[in-house]
Amino acid sequence: MAGVRALGALSRITSRRYTLTTGSPFRTFSVAPAMLAGTHVNYEVKGDVAVVRINDPNSKVNTLSIQMQKELTDVMNEVWSNNAVQSAVLISTKPGCFIAGADINMIEGCKTAEEVTQLSQEGQNIFEKIEKSPKPIVAAINGSCLGAGLEFVIACQYRIATKSKKTVLGTPEVMLGLLPGAGGTQRLPKMVGLPSAFDMMLTGRNIRADKAKKMGLVHQLVDTLGPGLKSPEERTIEYLEEIAIECARGIVNKKIPLSKEKGMMQKLQDYIMSFEMVRNQIYKTVHGKVMKQSKGLYPAPLKIIECVKAGIEQGPIPGYLAESQNFGQLAKTTESHALIGLYHGQVTCKKNRFGAPQKEVKTLAILGAGLMGAGIAQVTVDKGVHTILKDTTVSGLARGEQQVFKGFNDKTKKRNITSFERDSILSNLTGQLDYSGFEKADMVIEAVFEDINIKHKVLKEIEAVIPPHCIFASNTSALPIKEIAAASKRPDKVIGMHYFSPVDKMQLLEIITTEQTSKDTTASAVAVGLKQGKVIIVVGDGPGFYTTRCLAPMLAEAVRVLQEGVDPKKLDALTTGFGFPVGAATLADEVGLDVAAHVAEDLGKAFGSRFGGGNVEVLKTMVDMGFKGRKSGKGCYVYQPGLKVRDVNPDIEEILEKYKMTPNPAVSSDSDVQYRLVSRFVNEAVLCLQEGILSSPVEGDIGAVFGLGFPPCLGGPFRFVDAFGADKLVEKMRRYEEVYGNQFTPCQLLLDHANDSSKKFHK
Amino acid sequence: SWRFFFLSFRKIYTILKNSLLIIQTKSKKTLARPNVKNIVLVEGVRTPFLLSGTTYSDLMPHDLARAALQGLLHRTAIPKDVVDYIIYGTVIQEVKTSNVAREAALGAGFSDKIPSHTVTMACISSNQAMTSAVGLIAAGQCDAVVAGGVEFMSDVPIRHSRKMRKTMLSLNKAKTLGQRLSLLGSIRLAHLSPELPAVAEFSTSETMGHSADRLAAAFGVSRVEQDEFALRSHSLAKKAQDAGLLQDVISFKVPGRDIVSQDNGIRPSSMEQMAKLKPAFIKPHGTVTAANSSFLTDGASAVLIMSEEKALAMGYKPKAYLRDFVYVSQDPKDQLLLGPTYGTPKVLERAGLTMSDIDVFEFHEAFAGQIMANLKAMDSDWFAQTYMGRKSKVGTPPMDKFNLWGGSLSLGHPFGATGCRLVTTVAHRLQKEGGQYGLVAACAAGGQVSDTHVQHSLVVPAMIAFCTYAKHLYEL
Repeated sequence: MAGVRALGALSRITSRRYTLTTGSPFRTFSVAPAMLAGTHVNYEVKGDVAVVRINDPNSKVNTLSIQMQKELTDVMNEVWSNNAVQSAVLISTKPGCFIAGADINMIEGCKTAEEVTQLSQEGQNIFEKIEKSPKPIVAAINGSCLGAGLEFVIACQYRIATKSKKTVLGTPEVMLGLLPGAGGTQRLPKMVGLPSAFDMMLTGRNIRADKAKKMGLVHQLVDTLGPGLKSPEERTIEYLEEIAIECARGIVNKKIPLSKEKGMMQKLQDYIMSFEMVRNQIYKTVHGKVMKQSKGLYPAPLKIIECVKAGIEQGPIPGYLAESQNFGQLAKTTESHALIGLYHGQVTCKKNRFGAPQKEVKTLAILGAGLMGAGIAQVTVDKGVHTILKDTTVSGLARGEQQVFKGFNDKTKKRNITSFERDSILSNLTGQLDYSGFEKADMVIEAVFEDINIKHKVLKEIEAVIPPHCIFASNTSALPIKEIAAASKRPDKVIGMHYFSPVDKMQLLEIITTEQTSKDTTASAVAVGLKQGKVIIVVGDGPGFYTTRCLAPMLAEAVRVLQEGVDPKKLDALTTGFGFPVGAATLADEVGLDVAAHVAEDLGKAFGSRFGGGNVEVLKTMVDMGFKGRKSGKGCYVYQPGLKVRDVNPDIEEILEKYKMTPNPAVSSDSDVQYRLVSRFVNEAVLCLQEGILSSPVEGDIGAVFGLGFPPCLGGPFRFVDAFGADKLVEKMRRYEEVYGNQFTPCQLLLDHANDSSKKFHK
Repeated sequence: SWRFFFLSFRKIYTILKNSLLIIQTKSKKTLARPNVKNIVLVEGVRTPFLLSGTTYSDLMPHDLARAALQGLLHRTAIPKDVVDYIIYGTVIQEVKTSNVAREAALGAGFSDKIPSHTVTMACISSNQAMTSAVGLIAAGQCDAVVAGGVEFMSDVPIRHSRKMRKTMLSLNKAKTLGQRLSLLGSIRLAHLSPELPAVAEFSTSETMGHSADRLAAAFGVSRVEQDEFALRSHSLAKKAQDAGLLQDVISFKVPGRDIVSQDNGIRPSSMEQMAKLKPAFIKPHGTVTAANSSFLTDGASAVLIMSEEKALAMGYKPKAYLRDFVYVSQDPKDQLLLGPTYGTPKVLERAGLTMSDIDVFEFHEAFAGQIMANLKAMDSDWFAQTYMGRKSKVGTPPMDKFNLWGGSLSLGHPFGATGCRLVTTVAHRLQKEGGQYGLVAACAAGGQVSDTHVQHSLVVPAMIAFCTYAKHLYEL
């Protein structure tokens, strides 16, 4: 399930927005009698420099809300009319956040595309005034400067940023299905050049301060300060302000030039870019790349290219117009609604609705140093938690410890952390073969082989050594937790924590509670997961829980599709064409065909014919022949180390030939195959909500998108039903039901929604 | 017993001396502790400290150390076989003489029966040498130990790249011509780039100068404050030099060159001139410049430390008691150079003294900004409460007792040798000024140093992972 990496970026940005301040409540700075004191923006004149300070008192982050915009406009007007002021500094007094973007609620609040266009134009107008300011404005950036925040600072005359890790610049609008709608598509290409601007706007990635300096996005960098006569954060902002003030004066005195002498490379690049042919080639290449990656399912990237092109080829007036109109249109697309829904969902799933646990987990023991166990260790050990990694063999342990080391060493190579930080993080990891130290463990997560007897044996061994308060969590993908807990002396301390592989990349953690699991146990598991940086859904117990249970029918259908003569490449193309980041055949290889066979058989027993479709024997035969997927080098495809291109495994043709089924042309068009796969997934998800496995559609959507790679542009199975129409989906399913039987029988809740179009999963 | 007699005699002698020579001497308690041997500083010397790349440039580190040892032998006239042990401190090791203590001792004519070892602890390496000596004597292992330090920045080990070293080592093992040729053929341009001694703190990849600049900014130390302090250091050093107060300096005939008998880095300038310099580390808005930092220096120092009974038995008049010391460590990133603030109250508490009891302060001046930051930290209740777990501030040393004969900024800072200079200076100042207690503080951070005249931003020494900091308390 490696495929949801595209979404990783989304989560990175969004999570950062919401993990800004911890600890003591923010201290406001003493401000000398401000001439204009709003609640969000105020300013103070220091000599001949106006220092404009922003801070939204009602939120952890600053956003360009209506209130903020209004106060900013008022303050700037006063700055411009004040004759004593020669220049201005714009700074945020909120630690860790400059401006994190526009207020999403403001955009969502608009009823029509025209209203959103209007918003965009207002933003454009404000920033145009900033850009044309007769008094130079220095943006002093500390903390996240994203979206509209970035568009704001690139309209300023000069930019200084702190080297803080929290200082990031970026245009994440594309992650929400939008575009930088306040001049970003017009100013950014001029500032950093066409290729970098496209890269920033189309990927939405965060750019750290040092990189921003190299790109020409900021002019000057300022170090963060340690303890002094004030707290480090407070003093760093003050220091940044002092330097920005000096800088503003320098610009007025012409000591600091605003235009930098262009280097040889820059001149050369400009010269090349002056040819229309070269530019057209760039547009074409970028367009091609976007189409290849998004399959044309995401409108925002294409609109971004369109706006940039309009600005450069036709001039600013058509450029800005295109930007505001496209912004308005995009805001009203289902894709944007889906992505914004995911953003909100993610925020919800980053909170602990079970409250604070009684005891913080300070020592976590992990059983099994396999791919999962080591992965869990990797995301735990750098959070200040003492992590014990236990395996039964020296070789298994060595492999696991190497995996953890490699994870951090790669970060060192990318210069995210220093080698010293790596070593000091790893000092929290203890690799061992026995149970020593388990008497101090606050939680044990087992990641041993998926066999109920082994799990029982391990559980008994552990309960003999752990302290009474210690929680036992099982990282199982399909075994019901109550069956595991049956062997426990204290079932209230037993819980399921289902991680997804690779653990360090996959955002989701599915926590499974039984009826006996205590609330404090759940709270503790969620707290650990949040610490590990996970997006968490908490679901009820049952075979396959939520995620595995949704995936199983879809994979069963995929096997049937293969048996009907569709080759794996075509199957992959159909699924990715629908928006899945990874094709169904590749997904099966990633999960492991042995695991898939195991799960299919188990769930088949539990749920009966509804989970049928493809013949389980296909998978079993493949496993018997040693085709276990990527890990064994062969599955549906042949994997060769170092090679990205892979061919279909020629040996499976024989197997598929043996189990060949005749397709029914009435339900075998490309589109039908896609809906056969998706409808089974969606129906099972809705059934999980109906049965109470899921507590809310939001968690269902987040689980499907972040754990299984359900198309993000559809926003998850529940949002998909809302947008697509339950009635239309039921209609399709009925057609398939006629051919294949009860595997396509819509569940009651889906039928309820089909019968009453006013029923929606999301308001 | 005779022992008692000597001790009493010594006490009487001290009291007599104090009351006779210095009229205002306050009668203070002795810091002698029951069952702890009295350990004394008999003598301390140093070679002149020279800007690196000047007269010493063709020497090797052990040559400088040898000169200091010979100077000590000459001053004390101690028989060459009476010394029980020799310890030297150094930071950047010359690989050929990794135990520089032994090489220098043999060359200086000490008996080859005297064991020697070399210690390293960044800028407090010779402090470590001295406190190791104190430990050996206190433990009854030795009665007379020579401690010292040496640093030679005119030459530093510059290595081949790791790739090249690996190839060369494999070449040694290659058996056939074919193997050798294939190894030689694997050498690429990247192999040839040399590896300079770490330009930065290993743990944080930050240079000392950069750290000092951030520290100064954190405490709001202005450029003017730093330049003023640097100017003070140079002016005081010049005055001390002219008045002949720097008695610890010995003359040294440099082979092939002239006799050197004075430090050559003392250059009192003017505030205007200093203001012209551009920041050396954080550009363009930094405040640490070449003029307000200590510079790259060559030099060596040596002290003779003995148990009091042995010293008296041999007829020496010790210069000072070495009473107590403390080492502390902090976060290597943001508090790298704040050692003196943390250590001072600790050592005072151990000795049962307060700041006002101290007559002579000698603090190592790595950077003017670092000294000023420490002074501000010591003067801040908020800092003491937030970071040191104290109820109130440490308090600052009065400036009329502080580094009155110049400091590392002006005299120079040969990393490994500075500690002994500080201790000897305290003893000499106590004698001259008639004080009773002296206190030495040094932060172990390397001087990232630029020379004022030659604009070479040469390599910065590798520093230890945690800022460590030593402090000694002296009593005359």
